[in-house]
Amino acid sequence: LKVDPMLLEHLSAGRHVALVSGTNGKTTTTRLLAVALGADRARVVINETGSNMPPGHVAALVADRVSDRAVLEVDEIYLPRVVTATSATTVVLLNLSRDQLDRTNEVRMIAGKWRAAFAAAPHTHVVANADDPLVVWGAGAAAYVHWVGAGMNWQFDAVGCPACAGRIRFDSTGWSCEARCGLVRPTPVASLLVEAGECRGIWADGRSIQINLGLPGRFNQSNALMAAVAAEIQGIDAVTALEAMSKIRTVAGRFTTRQFGEASARLMLAKNPAGWSELLTLVGADRGAVVVSINARVADGADPSWLWDVPFEQLAGRRVVATGDRCRDLSVRLQYAGVEHGVEHDPTTAILIAAKSAEGGAVDVIGNYTAFNDLLLSGTAMTDIDEGSP
Amino acid sequence: MIRIAVVFPDLLGTYGDGGNGAILLQRALWRGYDAELLQAESGTALPAADIYCIGGGEDGPQVRAARELIDCGDLVHRVSDGAAVLAVCAGFQIVGMSFPGSDGANHDGVGLLDVVTHKGDGVRAVGELAAEVTEEAHWLLAPFEPPVLSGFENHGGRTALGADVVPLARVAAGVGNGDGSANEGALRDRVIGTYLHGPVLARNPVLADRLLAWALDVEALAPLNDEAAEDLRNERLSLVGQTTTKRRSFRRH
Repeated sequence: LKVDPMLLEHLSAGRHVALVSGTNGKTTTTRLLAVALGADRARVVINETGSNMPPGHVAALVADRVSDRAVLEVDEIYLPRVVTATSATTVVLLNLSRDQLDRTNEVRMIAGKWRAAFAAAPHTHVVANADDPLVVWGAGAAAYVHWVGAGMNWQFDAVGCPACAGRIRFDSTGWSCEARCGLVRPTPVASLLVEAGECRGIWADGRSIQINLGLPGRFNQSNALMAAVAAEIQGIDAVTALEAMSKIRTVAGRFTTRQFGEASARLMLAKNPAGWSELLTLVGADRGAVVVSINARVADGADPSWLWDVPFEQLAGRRVVATGDRCRDLSVRLQYAGVEHGVEHDPTTAILIAAKSAEGGAVDVIGNYTAFNDLLLSGTAMTDIDEGSP
Repeated sequence: MIRIAVVFPDLLGTYGDGGNGAILLQRALWRGYDAELLQAESGTALPAADIYCIGGGEDGPQVRAARELIDCGDLVHRVSDGAAVLAVCAGFQIVGMSFPGSDGANHDGVGLLDVVTHKGDGVRAVGELAAEVTEEAHWLLAPFEPPVLSGFENHGGRTALGADVVPLARVAAGVGNGDGSANEGALRDRVIGTYLHGPVLARNPVLADRLLAWALDVEALAPLNDEAAEDLRNERLSLVGQTTTKRRSFRRH
């Protein structure tokens, strides 16, 4: 579907548009920011999960001509066009890492295109992750940048300096280019601090605000801090914003439980090595049965070679069933990772097989994009509370 | 003890090719050989190893990786001392004579393979690739006999072979080197260049064993259970109208 760029421009006119982009966390952060911006009872329009290209933005804005605030999740590659078309007030840049290897989207190229787009958008405020060198390069030419020390677990895609031919050196205090081209971790206006199980946002102006979320994982605490900084730009103070965000229990079905016959499956999404690394950290202590479902459809990327960069060794000792269109690629990967497993092409059958040996028939299911969405649609929702509301 | 090094995973780790190192390590360990896997990061001295795995990466890091390997010179020395090399995609281009950067300029390669890569016509070769090992390569890989090679290609460069190398395989489905010759990859002594991701050794374990046998200096290796890889091969090859059992015999009786 080709969308007239003027249409998006026209539909955005007179609204405060915030955009959220990055490899991982877009959908969740879009929801968190929308809830925060609605904390003063303003109406906020957001785009449907996954419809993060211009046709999806147009569809969302056509469906709601009233709201004067919009929060749109934007595919990384489309971000420059959408920044221009919407004259975005605020853009949140989460992280950049490898995803969908068969698309022409090498991360340094994307960062370079972001940079050019922000240089040409002098009124846009950019909220950017100071811990991701690729994001810092991409945001660096913007007139107003609000750096956030949001953390970054996955550093493997960011070692080559995006600004020169040098090498990025990470240490406990931050990062900088060894070639001294000048690219260095900028000083954040707010940073994430996790201490003794408590998570706080620490602002450079001295504020310290607790981040208490209904969503699991350090990565969601990062997303919330980024959203809080973005909310302040639009006049919602961080305490109010984070309070509103704390009420969200689930976003787009992630971490919800679905029933498949006798089996109850907790559904989790991980699309790329960075996402898998975060998720395996989160579920690392669990010992129950796991179903891993891998597809390689258009929205997933056609080459699942990235499976070899995921530390599947962490699943050793658990009962594992490999499933999805590419269960055979996964099976070879698991074999070399020393993870005993079964192989079942059909995901629902795989869940039933895994549940047979599991206590109470409860299993964890981790899928990449289309694998996760298929299961979300085919399973039966268990309780209302899991559904969340927009 | 054999040592397997993944060369510059920080620069050339974009396409999952680091899996080749993990596969070589496991196949040695499973057979009871002492083996070690090294992640040889850029900016540090290249460690001594028996097999070097060089993977695919982005244009900028590719130029930097080539520069570093040329400047230190250790890879060339170790190969002349008998080390084996598996070079994939950007890695294949790096071990050649020259390759194009994103700036359009040609950059020097390490020169282990007599191949020259040019910028393509703008259309990237992306998709399943199946290729039959050539007769010339067959003799160099013997007594190991890889059946039809299977993998996923994703590259914009077009690679032409010089007189000093032989083509690794002949394309049955896909693009391969893309220089109009139907060649896929190149081979000289113990240096294998290919465009196959997957990673290539996950789908083509016989090639892994060929590399290991060179490193271990043995003529044969104990068989392993490769049913999972065989299932994967069957699935991927049938998708492009090939069968995994198809193996031309070049032996003349």
